[in-house]
Amino acid sequence: MNTRTYVLLPAALAFSGAAFFSGCKPKQVVVAPVQSGVAEKVYVAPGKHDEFYNIVSGGFSGGVAVYGLPSGRLFRQIPVFSQHPESGYGYTEETKALLNTSYGPQFWDDQHHTSLSTTKGEHDGRWIFANANNTPRIARISLQTFRTEEIIEIPNSSGNHSSPFVTENTEYTVAGTRFAYPLDDEGSSPDVPINTYKENFKSTVSFVAVDPQHGRMNVAFQVLLPGVDIDLARAGKLKSHGWVFFSCYNSELAHTLLEVNASQKDKDFIVAINWKKAEEYVKAGQGRKSRTKYCHNVLDEGTHTATSTVKEEVIVLDAAKLPGIAYLMPCPKSPHGCDTDPTGSYIVGSGKLAALIPVFSFDKMLAAIEKKDHEGEFMGLPVLKYESVLHGEVKKPGLGPLHTEFDGKGFAYTSFFVTSEIVKWNIQTLQVVDRQPTFYSVGHLTVPGGPTTKPHGKYAIAYNKITKDRYLPTGPELTQSAQLYDISGEKMKLLLDFPTVGEPHYAEAIPAALVAPKSKKFYKIEDNRHPYVTKSEKDARVVREGNVVRVYMTAIRSHVAPDNIEGVKLGDTVYFHVTNLEQDWDVPHGFAIKGLGAELLIMPGETATLKYVPTRVGIAPFYCTDFCSALHQEMQGYLRVSPANSRVPLTFGLGDTAK
Amino acid sequence: MKPLPPLVRVILGVAALSIGAAYVLPIWEIQLWAPQYPEGLNMKIWLSRISGDFEIINGINHYIGMRTIKAEMFPEFKVMPWLGGVLIGVGLLGALRGSRRWLRAFAGLLCLTGILGLADYYRWGYDYGHNLDPKAAINVPGMSYQPPLIGYKNLLNFVAYSGPDYGGWVFIAVGCTAVALVAWDWWHTRPAPVRP
Repeated sequence: MNTRTYVLLPAALAFSGAAFFSGCKPKQVVVAPVQSGVAEKVYVAPGKHDEFYNIVSGGFSGGVAVYGLPSGRLFRQIPVFSQHPESGYGYTEETKALLNTSYGPQFWDDQHHTSLSTTKGEHDGRWIFANANNTPRIARISLQTFRTEEIIEIPNSSGNHSSPFVTENTEYTVAGTRFAYPLDDEGSSPDVPINTYKENFKSTVSFVAVDPQHGRMNVAFQVLLPGVDIDLARAGKLKSHGWVFFSCYNSELAHTLLEVNASQKDKDFIVAINWKKAEEYVKAGQGRKSRTKYCHNVLDEGTHTATSTVKEEVIVLDAAKLPGIAYLMPCPKSPHGCDTDPTGSYIVGSGKLAALIPVFSFDKMLAAIEKKDHEGEFMGLPVLKYESVLHGEVKKPGLGPLHTEFDGKGFAYTSFFVTSEIVKWNIQTLQVVDRQPTFYSVGHLTVPGGPTTKPHGKYAIAYNKITKDRYLPTGPELTQSAQLYDISGEKMKLLLDFPTVGEPHYAEAIPAALVAPKSKKFYKIEDNRHPYVTKSEKDARVVREGNVVRVYMTAIRSHVAPDNIEGVKLGDTVYFHVTNLEQDWDVPHGFAIKGLGAELLIMPGETATLKYVPTRVGIAPFYCTDFCSALHQEMQGYLRVSPANSRVPLTFGLGDTAK
Repeated sequence: MKPLPPLVRVILGVAALSIGAAYVLPIWEIQLWAPQYPEGLNMKIWLSRISGDFEIINGINHYIGMRTIKAEMFPEFKVMPWLGGVLIGVGLLGALRGSRRWLRAFAGLLCLTGILGLADYYRWGYDYGHNLDPKAAINVPGMSYQPPLIGYKNLLNFVAYSGPDYGGWVFIAVGCTAVALVAWDWWHTRPAPVRP
């Protein structure tokens, strides 16, 4: 070989090398790891029941959805903060008041988290609490009726994200300010330039007391905090009972391009609130009474009717002036999830930009508070030394940790948005023991009973933020995607994809045995105290009160009474007060009238009211909208609307009386 | 010395002209897959531009402080179309004149282009993957994100692939052809062995 060969050979090798690499290029690198034999694990035979209720936040649907596990079947959408045409929620005279706020009625909100009531830290199957992020509110939903029974507005706050997590015995459900905003002593938001954020913007965390008997809510007190963005929360339990831990971001106090400007510090905080201490201050009269305005809406089960009252005062405790209420634990990189383990000993912070998971020790935190082991102060609040409160760090778990749930066997399950996976790790040793991909980009995750002192374990559910190709495409707008994993073994196993409505954030799951036996089948007619109830068909009538016409209507298979009504004139306002006289399970009746875009869906024994203002002369047919019986189609009637100046007398009837 | 045989000249001419394909075909491709990008993200590099999902890649990469990929980032795009022309010219000249010297220059230039091109791509990739915005939201200590030169590489949750595209393959094929022609010609015109 001569020298020319030496020059040419490497060049030829380089070319063929490129050809070799390219030859191995796969069509698809990522393949879903589904194992065979999983079908029977999620198959619930026809007529059989699921093992768990999955109570899932509805995100921008404004409601809560109820699924079965392990089947992933959707049972019910509970309307909470948004109008719901299919049940008349927010349209009926009885439910309108539930949507009242100090900003006027709100027909939509953004529902992020659900929290189930607990006693001694365990699920008690009584209530669901749900937060509204946009116009700050907390709702309480009955687990007997699966209906929204109460909504309370949170004063002095905006962006109620870190909510509605409950304390060990449901003493409180909490709320917090995600969008710090200017707040004056009077509880109103003064008109100040946005760039005065550092001086003027504040956050609060609220403790909403829950009556142990009836569940009625009341904003007991608020803790005033610096203008950080309070993100998520978990109450302490067992040894840490009496504390609530809130994560926060934007300790940079940025007011623009938070994506960059709120991501600069290595550490933000977990705010530990000693609510027992706060209660002492309240009792001692150390709180400031803030004049503000917020609505409290309650549904009375007897009258089936919600009423709304405006409250004007709330007690505020300034954490910077009253020592012992709030301590800051430094937590890496804009923490999101802030979860306490079943023993109440550990607090897991999930820095959504961090490449590790810090686990804080409650005992060490108490010791650091005792020894005043501070590394400094942040806007008047003591900052505990990171190393002193740390149990340890889970190293290199993945990227973008968001939330952590627990199985009660010593393991934690953390969701990773960026790396799209669930990572299982040992709380004591902090070693990662398993990881499974999610499809795609998991946000929240749920283990049944995960936030309680006695997790039920068995499954983990990932609520994914990206759906893409998991289902048949439906144009640009896709269903949301949840995934069920079996966590009973050492390794997690993907069992099922199931579509979800709205955009689920946090969800809880509870054994059906704790809820199903108490489920209400119908409302007893004798207990109906609705002011416009009609308890028997012979009492059905139409009454004129000036320009208001009240129709006391009954519905029973397969007619409404009365079904012929005359004498209504243009300019009248007609109220159809429809009582469903049925006293059997699953016989609802519906009611709608031509020219009005809303319906009633009335459960047996219930009274519901539709307001109707006629807009033209003529006959307006009405009918039952819920297929109730063999002659459901015949369940119809007519309303005659006459001109304003007509002298048609008010008459009504059914059968013989209508001839 | 005799001029190149007609067949060599024809092949050389065709090879030189086929470089023209690189003007209408992408030269290089970069692909990325992640669990949440099952369909993959694809970016193509042409003689004078980039195309494909680079906007989406930019959207993802800004979290870790990587710079925004855009055509202005590559001054090479001003040079490469001219370089292609020079290569075609040299090759054609060799074919027309039957000149052995021009053939060798053609092959040499092609190899040089390939090696310098890869070196330049490596330099860009190193800078793109290491020179991160210190204000980036996500900062993984010790982590850099240099894309692979050729082949696959795991970068956090992504699998990245880098390799030649159709235009690149044309270049490679032309390069191989040129090298083969030089080698063939060298073999047939080599001096007779000196017998002892």
